[in-house]
Amino acid sequence: MTPQTLSPLLCMIPLLPLAGAAINGFFGRKSSKNTISAVALLFCGAAFVMAVVIAANFSSASAPYSYRLAHWLRSGSFSVDFDFYLDQLSLVMLLVVTGVGFLIHIYSVGYMWDDDGYYRFMSYMNLFMFFMLTLVLAKNYLVMFIGWEGVGLASYLLIGYWFTKDSAAAAGKKAFIVNRIGDFGFLIALFLMINHFHSLDFTKVFEQVGARATETAGAGLLTAIGLLLMVGAAGKSAQIPLYVWLPDAMEGPTPVSALIHAATMVTAGVYMVARSSAIFERAPMAMTVVAIIGTLTALFAATIGIAQTDIKKVLAYSTVSQLGYMFMACGVGAFSAGIFHLMTHAFFKGLLFLAAGSVIHGIGGEQDMRKMGGLRVYMPWTFATMGIATLAIAGIPPFAGFWSKDEILYRAFGASWVYWLIGVITAFITSFYMFRLMYMTFGGEYRGAPAPDAHGHGAHGHGQGHGHSEPHESPWVMLGPLVVLALLSVVGGFLGGYQNRFEHFLAPVFHIGEVIAPETPPEAADSILEHLLMGVSISVALLGWWLAHLLYSRRPQLPARIAASLGGLYQAVVHKYYIDELYAVLFVKPLVDGSTTILWHGVDQGVIDATVNNSATAARHVSDNVRHMQSGNLRSYAGWVAAGAAVVIAYMVWMGVR
Amino acid sequence: MVPLSYYLVLSGILFTCGVLGFLIKRNIITIFMSIELMLNGVNLSFVAFAAHWHALSGQIFVFFVMVVAAAEAAVGLAIIIAVYRTRETLNVDRVNLLKL
Repeated sequence: MTPQTLSPLLCMIPLLPLAGAAINGFFGRKSSKNTISAVALLFCGAAFVMAVVIAANFSSASAPYSYRLAHWLRSGSFSVDFDFYLDQLSLVMLLVVTGVGFLIHIYSVGYMWDDDGYYRFMSYMNLFMFFMLTLVLAKNYLVMFIGWEGVGLASYLLIGYWFTKDSAAAAGKKAFIVNRIGDFGFLIALFLMINHFHSLDFTKVFEQVGARATETAGAGLLTAIGLLLMVGAAGKSAQIPLYVWLPDAMEGPTPVSALIHAATMVTAGVYMVARSSAIFERAPMAMTVVAIIGTLTALFAATIGIAQTDIKKVLAYSTVSQLGYMFMACGVGAFSAGIFHLMTHAFFKGLLFLAAGSVIHGIGGEQDMRKMGGLRVYMPWTFATMGIATLAIAGIPPFAGFWSKDEILYRAFGASWVYWLIGVITAFITSFYMFRLMYMTFGGEYRGAPAPDAHGHGAHGHGQGHGHSEPHESPWVMLGPLVVLALLSVVGGFLGGYQNRFEHFLAPVFHIGEVIAPETPPEAADSILEHLLMGVSISVALLGWWLAHLLYSRRPQLPARIAASLGGLYQAVVHKYYIDELYAVLFVKPLVDGSTTILWHGVDQGVIDATVNNSATAARHVSDNVRHMQSGNLRSYAGWVAAGAAVVIAYMVWMGVR
Repeated sequence: MVPLSYYLVLSGILFTCGVLGFLIKRNIITIFMSIELMLNGVNLSFVAFAAHWHALSGQIFVFFVMVVAAAEAAVGLAIIIAVYRTRETLNVDRVNLLKL
C-alpha cells in the first residue's frame, strides 16, 4: 500500500465511530439491544481494523502521512484546515485508543446490558472514540483542540451518565469545570502561537520554534507557551493542582473509568506535551516545571491511594500517580519513555479497572473493599488477570509496567537524583497499595453481607439478575477483554522495552530528544548503572508487596493499629489531605458567595430585574391613576374637553395680552 | 350705543351657563337645552361682531347655525322620545348601554 492510498484511510478512522454514535444516538431508543451492540461494536471494531491495516502498511521511511479532509478557516495568510496526520507517535496512540477502546466496548456490552440507557451509553462511548481519534490524528493544534474539548464533553456525559444520582451529576460538572480551567491555558497558548507563528500547523510551528534559540537565560515566548500548554495538560491529565476531578469521575460506569479515565483521555495531556516536544525542548524552565509537577503528583496521589477503601478510588489515585510518572518522563526529556509508559499503562490500568468492574459486577454493585475478600475462589479469571495487572503496575519483571517505569526512572536519574528518588518511593507505595487492594479484594474470607439470610430464601429467586449475594464470575463477554489485556500487560513491555525498540521507533518524532538528556556515558558504566537502578526498582516493588502481604494477609489487625497510632496524619491521608475542602474554601465558596451576593442578588436582581420590574410597576401605577380619566361617562369626557378648551383659551388670552 | 364688550361678556356668560348645564344636569332635555344655550351664546357673539365690523358674513353664519340647531332639535327630540319609550327614564347616567 502506497502512502497515497494509505492517507485517505486516516479520515475514515475517526468518522466511523462518529457514524456509530449517530446511528445509536438517533435510532437507538427503539432498537433492540442486540442491534445497538452490533452497531457500536461494528463501527468501533472497523476503526480498529483500519488502524491495524494502517499500522501494517506503515513505513517509517515515508512517514509522516497527512490527509486533508476539508478546508476550514482562511484569513489572509493564516489558515487552519481539517488535516489528519500520522507519524510514529500518532500511530502508537491510534493503536492504543482503537485497540483498548474496542476491548472496552466489548466489555461494556456485558457490563451495561441491564442498564436502561444502554443505547445512550453506547452512543456516548462511540462519540468519545471519535473525539479521541480526532485528537490523536490532528495535524494542527486547533483540530486537536476540537478533539480535546470533545473528549471533555464525552467525559462529562459519561461521568454523569447516571444523572439521577446527585453525586454523579456533581462529579460530571466538577470534571467539566476543572477541565475548563486547563483549557483556558491551552487556548491562550494557541493564541500566542497564532500571534507569533501565524500558524497552528504542527510542522510549521515546530519549524519556527526550531529556528529560535533555546531559552536558557530567562523565560520567553516558548516558556510561556510551554507553561500554558502544561496548564491544559494538567487539567486534562489530572495533575497538581487540577487533579481533583479524576477521583470524583469514578461516579461514572466502570467501563468509562477504564476507557476515559485511565487508558485514553487522561493521557491526552501527556500526548499533547510529547507532541509539543519541540517547544518544550527550547524552554528548559517549562520542562523543569513539567518534571516537578509530574514528580510531585506521582508521590502525592500515591500516598492518598494507600488509605482509600473504595476499590475504584484506589485505582483513580493510582492513575493520577502514574500520569505523574509520564509527565516526569516528559519533563526530563524522555518523551518516548513517557509515551511508552502511556501505552503500557493503558493496558494494565485499563485491565485493572475492567477487573474491578468485574468484581463490582460480581458482588452486586459493592465498591467498598472492606466488604470484599476471598473473591479468588468465586472469580478465578478476574483474580488471575487482575493479578497480572497488579504485577505489571508494581513494576515486577517481565510484566509491562516494569519496562516502562524502569525506563522513566533511569532517565529521571540522568536528569536529577531527586526525581529518581521520589520516583522510587512512589514505586514502592504503588506496589504497596496495589497489593493491598489485591489482598483486601481477593485474599482472606468473603466479608460481604450474607443477604439470603436477611431476606430469606423466598427473595433469592428474584435476585437472579442483580443484587444477589453470592459472588459470581462475570460472563465471557467481559472476561474476554480482560484476558486480552492481561496478555498485553505481560508482553507489551517486553516487546517495546527490549533493546529500546520503542524509543528507536519514536525517535523521528522527538528528533532532538537528546538535548536535555545527560551525555551518554561509556557503554560499560552505563550498563552497570542501569542494572543497579533496575535492581533498586525491583527490590522496592517486592518490598511493597511484602509489606502489603504482612499487613493485609498475615496480620490483618495491624493496619488499624498503625492508623490509630498515626492519628492526624492518617486522617489527613484518608481525607485526601483536605484538598477538596481547601479548594472549596479558597475558590468555590468565594466564587459561589460572590456570584450569589454580587452577581445574583446584586446585579441580576438589583439592577437588571429591578429595572424591568420597576419600570413595569411605575407604568402600572401611572396607568392606575390615569385610568380614572377614562370612566366611560360621556359627560366627564365633555368636562375634560371643556377644561382643556378653557386651559387653551386661557393660555392664548394670556399670551395675547402679553 | 352699547359697546361690543357687553355683548361678548353676555355671550361668554351664556356659553358658560350652557357648558355648566351640560356637565351638571342629568336630564336629557335639560342637557339639550344647555346645548341650545351654547349655540345661542355663540350666535350672539357672531351678530355682535357682524354689527361692529359691518360685515354680513357673521350674520350669514348665524343663519346656518340656527338651521343646524333646528335640524338638531328635530332629530334630538325624536331620539329623546325613543329613549324614553324604551328605557322609561331621561336620566343620562342610566342610559349607558348601547344594547338593551
